Amino acid sequence: MTAQAQAIAASSPPTRSGFRLTPGALVVPAVLYLILTTQVPFFMTIYYSFFNYNLTIPGNRPFVGFENYVGLLTDPQNFRVILNTLVLTGGTLIITLVLGALLAMLLNRPFLGRALVRTVLISSFLVMPVVTAVVWKNMLLNPVFGFFSWMVAKLGGVPVDWLAAHPMGSIIAMVSWEWTPFAMLILLTGLQSLPDDQIEAARLDGANPWQEFRHIVLPHWTQALEVVILLETISVLQVYGEIYASTSGGPGVATTNLPYFIYQKAFAEYNIGVASAAGVIAVILTNILAIFMLRLISRNVSTGGHA
Amino acid sequence: MTTLPAKPTAVRQTAPNRTGQQLQKIALTVLTYLLAFVFFFPILWMLLAAFKTEAQAFAIPPVFTFSPILDNFRTALGTYFPALTHSLVAALGSTVLAFVLGLPAAFALAVYPSRRARGILTWMLSTKFMPAVGVIVPLFLIFKNLHLLDTLPGLILMYTTMNLPLVVWMMHSYMTEIPFAIYEAAKVDGATVWQEFFGIALPLSLPGISATALLAIIFAWNEVFFALNLTSSDAAPLSVFIGSFKTSEGLFWAQMSAAAVLTVLPVMIFGWVAQRQLVRGLSFGAVK
Repeated sequence: MTAQAQAIAASSPPTRSGFRLTPGALVVPAVLYLILTTQVPFFMTIYYSFFNYNLTIPGNRPFVGFENYVGLLTDPQNFRVILNTLVLTGGTLIITLVLGALLAMLLNRPFLGRALVRTVLISSFLVMPVVTAVVWKNMLLNPVFGFFSWMVAKLGGVPVDWLAAHPMGSIIAMVSWEWTPFAMLILLTGLQSLPDDQIEAARLDGANPWQEFRHIVLPHWTQALEVVILLETISVLQVYGEIYASTSGGPGVATTNLPYFIYQKAFAEYNIGVASAAGVIAVILTNILAIFMLRLISRNVSTGGHA
Repeated sequence: MTTLPAKPTAVRQTAPNRTGQQLQKIALTVLTYLLAFVFFFPILWMLLAAFKTEAQAFAIPPVFTFSPILDNFRTALGTYFPALTHSLVAALGSTVLAFVLGLPAAFALAVYPSRRARGILTWMLSTKFMPAVGVIVPLFLIFKNLHLLDTLPGLILMYTTMNLPLVVWMMHSYMTEIPFAIYEAAKVDGATVWQEFFGIALPLSLPGISATALLAIIFAWNEVFFALNLTSSDAAPLSVFIGSFKTSEGLFWAQMSAAAVLTVLPVMIFGWVAQRQLVRGLSFGAVK
């Protein structure tokens, strides 16, 4: 990626004399802007990750090599952070895929008010993550006054302090609530491109609903499913606002994921070295997924070009 | 295809079977409505609380019928106004800047694709997948040195980074859909690159521009990580303001709900309007 970036910067056409505007020059501002605001800081992050650098001790910044990485990867407490990140991402992915697929199939039938239902269903995706967290934490999950506690009591159960007793479960519920519409929208679009006559033919051949799903719908859904899985994984790996505004990573480190951990290291402990090393690990993790995503996207998108 | 007797399956069905199917259809529709209601409930509950008195908002058992009041919105608007202005300026400013930088690039890559075009497009998109935590530390230090911390220009710069790949990618996709014959006709008439851009590409991709702009505004409006780490008070947008409601001690639910409704509503309306383009934008065109 870097070599590519350098190649682009190096090979951008030299400014011609006179007023002739070359198309190549039109790309330069956007490319330069992105290099300056993403590539340059990322290389600085890599650089900082090799130093024992704490903002509270500004003068002293010794080079420590891979010590920050070794420390991060061997501390059992940090293992918990990685595990949390994976549980949150995996849990959300499974729930949103199942619910999203179900809703997509329900919405892929003609019925009265379908457009309205679809509109209503995408709403939770549009809610700002911090608002989700604040509203859920206070008005739904509150052990005494929350709506869920009242419901549980009404149904004869004993209400619990959701965020204290099931912190990760509560976060997964919130994040799943936000991301189910995304899965539904993409999967619904995938379903709608499935020709009716294929289903019709399968039914004529006597396929039962399961066979119909297994042999017609699922193969056709592959691409949409890949998009949902990859984009959602990349996004949920970076979940931050929901945790910040509901549990602040607690109790203990029960809901601390990688982004929240880096935030704490950098902005609460001012430990720039360790935060940077963790940042590099996060980027590497995400890039492994992003490579698959980019391949998937470029497979389906024409570069255009009429010339 | 049109001459075939439409649906043989329908013809073969017997009457009792059809009533059974009818019932099943109704049951599925009811289930869909029910699920939609469950999903919308948290938003509905917040909306209702915004019109309640504080006592009603906290009441157990919950109050479902009440005479709505507007006091919460008045109070919320007072305290929330600076944050609202910051969010508006940051969202609109970053969207405009992303278009100024991104539209010419999208145009050049779509109409004059070179061998590198695909590589450039993919690389741009790859920056969109860069986790913010991977760049936040140096950005914080750079912003501190440049006195950009807690300023709106600083926030606009970061949101532009976030939206620029989206703008280039989506506008590229819209601009490749313009029939090339139009450009060729213009070229025959001696149009310059500049004239092609302003005279053909821009006017013909206006619907794409509005859809992309809506998405960019939504993303910038809802962003929280850069907002929390690069602003504190002078430029704090709504996400930071709402985040300050996170402690439940001495919390005013009705007021908080009113502020939350005002925060969420514009984005929700934009999202509803742009829902067709949402899929294209969210999947970067991989699913259309």
